[in-house]
This record gives sequence, C-alpha cells and structure tokens, in this order.
Amino acid sequence: MDASTDTWRGAFEAFKADDAAAAMGINAREAAFARFEAHGLPTKRDEYWKYTPVRDLTPDTKTAANSAADAFGAVDAYRIVFVDGRIDHDRSDRDALAKVADLPEAETPWLSAVYAGQQAKPIEGAQKQVERPFADLNMAMATDGIAVRIPAGTALDKPIHLRYEGNIGAHLRIVMLVEKGATATLLESGAGALTTGAEIVVEDGATLNHLRAQTEVADKQFTALYARIGAEANFKTFTLAADGALIRNETQLTMAGENGNGHIAAGVMGRGKALIDNTVYISHEAAHCESRQVVKNVMDDESKAVFQGKIYVKKDAQKTDGYQISQSVLLSEGAEFNAKPELEIYADDVMCSHGSTTGALDETAQFYLRSRGVPQKEAEAMLVAAFVDEAILEIADEGLQDIVRKAVDAWMAERAAE
Amino acid sequence: MLKIENLHCQLEDDPDTKILKGVDLEVEAGKVHAIMGPNGSGKSTLSYVLSGRDGYEVTDGSATLLGEDILDMEPDERAAAGLFLAFQYPVEIPGVGNMIFLRTALNAQRKARGEEEMGAPEFLKLVREKAKELDISPDMMKRPVNVGFSGGEKKRNEILQMSLLQPKLCILDETDSGLDVDAMKLVSKGVNALRDEGRGFLVITHYQRLLDHIKPDVVHIMAAGKIVQTGGPELALEVEKNGYADILGAAA
Repeated sequence: MDASTDTWRGAFEAFKADDAAAAMGINAREAAFARFEAHGLPTKRDEYWKYTPVRDLTPDTKTAANSAADAFGAVDAYRIVFVDGRIDHDRSDRDALAKVADLPEAETPWLSAVYAGQQAKPIEGAQKQVERPFADLNMAMATDGIAVRIPAGTALDKPIHLRYEGNIGAHLRIVMLVEKGATATLLESGAGALTTGAEIVVEDGATLNHLRAQTEVADKQFTALYARIGAEANFKTFTLAADGALIRNETQLTMAGENGNGHIAAGVMGRGKALIDNTVYISHEAAHCESRQVVKNVMDDESKAVFQGKIYVKKDAQKTDGYQISQSVLLSEGAEFNAKPELEIYADDVMCSHGSTTGALDETAQFYLRSRGVPQKEAEAMLVAAFVDEAILEIADEGLQDIVRKAVDAWMAERAAE
Repeated sequence: MLKIENLHCQLEDDPDTKILKGVDLEVEAGKVHAIMGPNGSGKSTLSYVLSGRDGYEVTDGSATLLGEDILDMEPDERAAAGLFLAFQYPVEIPGVGNMIFLRTALNAQRKARGEEEMGAPEFLKLVREKAKELDISPDMMKRPVNVGFSGGEKKRNEILQMSLLQPKLCILDETDSGLDVDAMKLVSKGVNALRDEGRGFLVITHYQRLLDHIKPDVVHIMAAGKIVQTGGPELALEVEKNGYADILGAAA
C-alpha cells in the first residue's frame, strides 16, 4: 500500500456505490484498483517512470483544453462524443454505428473475454514488466466508453471517431474486437479524458488503423492501449501529441499470429514546459511478424520528450523483423529528449534494429533555404514538417496523413507568430 | 551594382583567424567578373559573407548591392534584394520536395518585395520550361531537394533556381567542381542565357576551363584575403599556363 493512492480509495468506493457504469466488469475493476493501490503513483524509482514521475494526482484532478481545433472535426466518421465522462447521445452516431457493428450494452461473452484480457496479464517470460498504474486506474474507474465488435469480413465504411470533451478528469474505456478479415479505422481526439484505456483484438487477417490527436490537451492525459494482433493481421497506430503539460502514452502490442504487422508511430511537438512520453512494448510471440516503431519529437523551450521502446522476442518467434527509430529535433537549448531503447530476444534467427538521434535543425539546410529567400521561421517550419513526415507516412490513409500535416503546420505557424 | 570596400572578416568562434583582409571589388551591371586564386585565399568565404552565412564576423569595410548595405540584412532579405549564391556543395534536404521548395522560395521573395505571389499553374508552366532547357527531368523535380542527385544534377538544379528567381547579382562558387565537360557546357549555357544588361556575375573558380564557357569581362586574382591583381580574360590564361607563383611573387 502506498499513501499516494489514499484519496483514490475513497473516490473508488464512492464511484462503485453511486455509479451504474461501475457494474460493468466489477470483478475486473476491483482487481485493477487493487493493483493500482499496491503500486501507488509512479515515482522516479519505478524503472519505466524515471523520466516521467507523477506526483500529486488526486481524484479531483481536472482536465483542460487549449484553443486548438479538433483535428478530426471535419472527417466523415461515426462520431461518439463523451462529455465529462458520459456519452452525449444527441451528438453521437451510436445508432448508425450499431447498424454496421455490434455495440453491446451489457456484458456479453466476447466483451468479457476482451475487456481485461491483456491488461490483467503480465507478458510471459519477460524480464521486466512495465508498471502501468494509470491503465489500472482507468479500468477501475471508467465511467463510460465504447465496446465495439466489427463482424468478420466487414469493411467499416467510415472511421469511428471518439471525441473527448469536458473537464472533470474522466476515465474512458475502449474495447474493440476486429474479427477475422474485418477492416476498421479508429480515431481519438479531445482533452476531456484524464485517462483512456483500450483493449483491442485484431483477429487473423483483419486490419485496424488507429489515429490519435492529442493536440488540444492543455493539462494531463494518460493513455494505455493493448492490442493483440493475429496471423496476417495489420495494426497501425499513430499519435500526434502537442504541448500537454504531461502526456504519457503506453502502447503494448502482442504479435500473436504468424505474418502479422504491428506499426506504432508518433509525432511529438513540445513547447513551454510540456512533458510528452511514449512508452512502447512489443511482444513477438509468433514467427514471421514485422513490427515498426517510428517516433519523431520536435521540442522547443523547456519541453521534454521521453521515448521508451522495447522489442521482446520469444523463443519461437523466429524470423521476427523488428525496427525502431526515435529521433528528436531540439529547437531550443532548454529542450530535452530521453530515449530508452530495449531489446530482449530469445529466438536465434531474427532481425531487430533500433536507433535514436537528437540534434538541432540542420543549419546548413536552413542557410540554403534562407539564401533562396525563405524567411527563418518558414525555413524552420519546412524542415520540421519534413522531419515529422517520416512518422506521418506510417499512417495508412493519405487523407488522414494530410490532416496530421496540417496540424503540424498549424503548430509551427503558431510558434512563428509568438 | 555590387560594391565591396575594404572588407575584413574573421571567424566568429576564432577571432584570431582573419580570412578577408581588405577586399575591394566592384561588379557592374551586365558584367561578368571572375575571381581566381589558390586554395585558402578566401574566395568561398567572400561568397558566404556576401550571402550572410553564420560563423563569420565582419570587422571592417562594407558591401552594398544597388546602393543598399547588405551586410546588415538576413540571408533571405539579401535574396529578396537580388543576391543569389550558387553553392559549391548544394545542400540535400530530405523530405522537402524540390517543387515545393522552388515555389516557396520564389513566392517568399515576391512577397518580401511587395509583389503578387505566383499561382500554381503559372509556376508549373514556368518551371517546366526552365527545367527542360537545363535537361532536368520531371522525376528530379518530384524528388526531395538535391537528394540522390548526381554532382552534375545538383549544379544544374542550382542554375534552375537562379533562372527562376532572376537575381540581380549571381555569385557562382566553384560551379565547375565535380562537373564533366558535357555537364559544364550545359551549366554554362544556362548561365550565359541569364547574362543581360541588368545583371552582374561573380564567378569564383580554380580553373580557366569554366571561363572558356562563361567568358569573363574582368578577372581578379585573390590571395591571402585580398584582391592582388585585376585584369582582362588574359589573366586567367596566364594562371592556367604558369600557375599562381609568378603573379603572387610579383604582388609580394
């Protein structure tokens, strides 16, 4: 027991007594809260929180949004809007989505199976586990969220967009099952979630593309995403994070079937005292799978970026192809990047590589652009856009790529105007 | 057009390293001036100081373009004022498309001069025309700036920029380096096409051979940070024949 979670115990008890949503997965919630309590809030002494200690997070923590627009506001999507931790039915397309996908109201066998399927289980055989107290807190106290099953063979006609609004520091949960051969795109945006937790299963031959915009988060956001990827299945996730006071994104992929693909990419833009942390864990359990991690950080002022990326390859996961690159451009002397790549490999016939770089924008390239008449700020914006583009190109859909490019340009334009 | 008087500079990080030690030079509109000189004489530094590269501190003297002091301007302001430097080593910029780069540069200059920006169709037409003259393939235009270009392609891309931006004063810094004879002819043709009454050229080179193709009006010899001799095209031939020793010996 850790004193840092004392105030949360009271909040959890009140939540269970009062909240209808607490009924869902009550056993999983109790177990998750017990793990959260046992661990306590993360400190520098926790191996995977060394660069991102979290102090003083209390149940009354509010969330705040900055003035950025919803990056996905103009995307034609099944929009599911949450305000202060509850779905806003009037603004949501839940009924339309229910016509093409399965959205159970109560616990059903598949939902129970997926609900805490990955989060509650440690990665088997790995030397160390990542401490994930906020994933547990999320599972324990989620007030709402979405559980969706894309039936086998269905190609969803447009993305599902989860939109988070409000400021009460909500916890929202995502459970998604993409059945065999199905295809879907999931978008997330908004500052109105203190934590999100996603349990995702991508079955054999299925494809899920996930895109998250954290461009409106002025305060804190903790996300945890677990995805289990079947044989010949594809999962791609991309996050654009900008300026949050404290953003921590945890992604755990399990490559569970042969010839699966798992891609994780992120663009990070930091200003002021922002701290943005992407922590990735990829467990290769089946042979012939490919995983890619491409993280690009652009850090200004006194902002900090953290990237921790691990590739774990089990004994039988032969012919694994694991690639990881994390790079930072520091736009000011006070900015910082901490990178921690890790490989833990038990198979003997694999190809795994990782690389990390940190530096200022190329001065020679800046001079070249300026010597042709491009003003300093514009030259910087061009070079930053080019730098982040390597991560953006990991996004499957070109239209969504352009949306992210615009958000990056808007960030640089705002910086130039300061 | 370009007037340099008593220009002195040193390295910003190492003030004891004085590179330019009193350069006097005037390039008139419509004329091609060549600067030759041994390695380390300060030729490339002069081109960098004129175009505004970081790392050099001007300690004395002046440089004006059409009467305007350029030394206080930012590099992009100098470009908008009409100065162009063709780089000895054109820079590769991964991720920035050549076409976007050219259009951004052209319109940034127009904007800085208070002119209207050029629309996409008009620009496309112009660029295609100029690229064709320099034997630059559409594929090269689609690639990132100078990435994967051969030495000759990089230099042709410099001349393409020059011909699009239509500067008043063109500085060519060892544009012949790394070029075979055919490429040199193509590049020279591009430069010669830009020669007119209103434009001045400063051609920095080690070798006479470039000057066979781009015929200079005036040749300067630079040594140890100064212009030590000025003459006609015959001066370049003399260097080619006898090296710098005679000239430098006479100057000393």
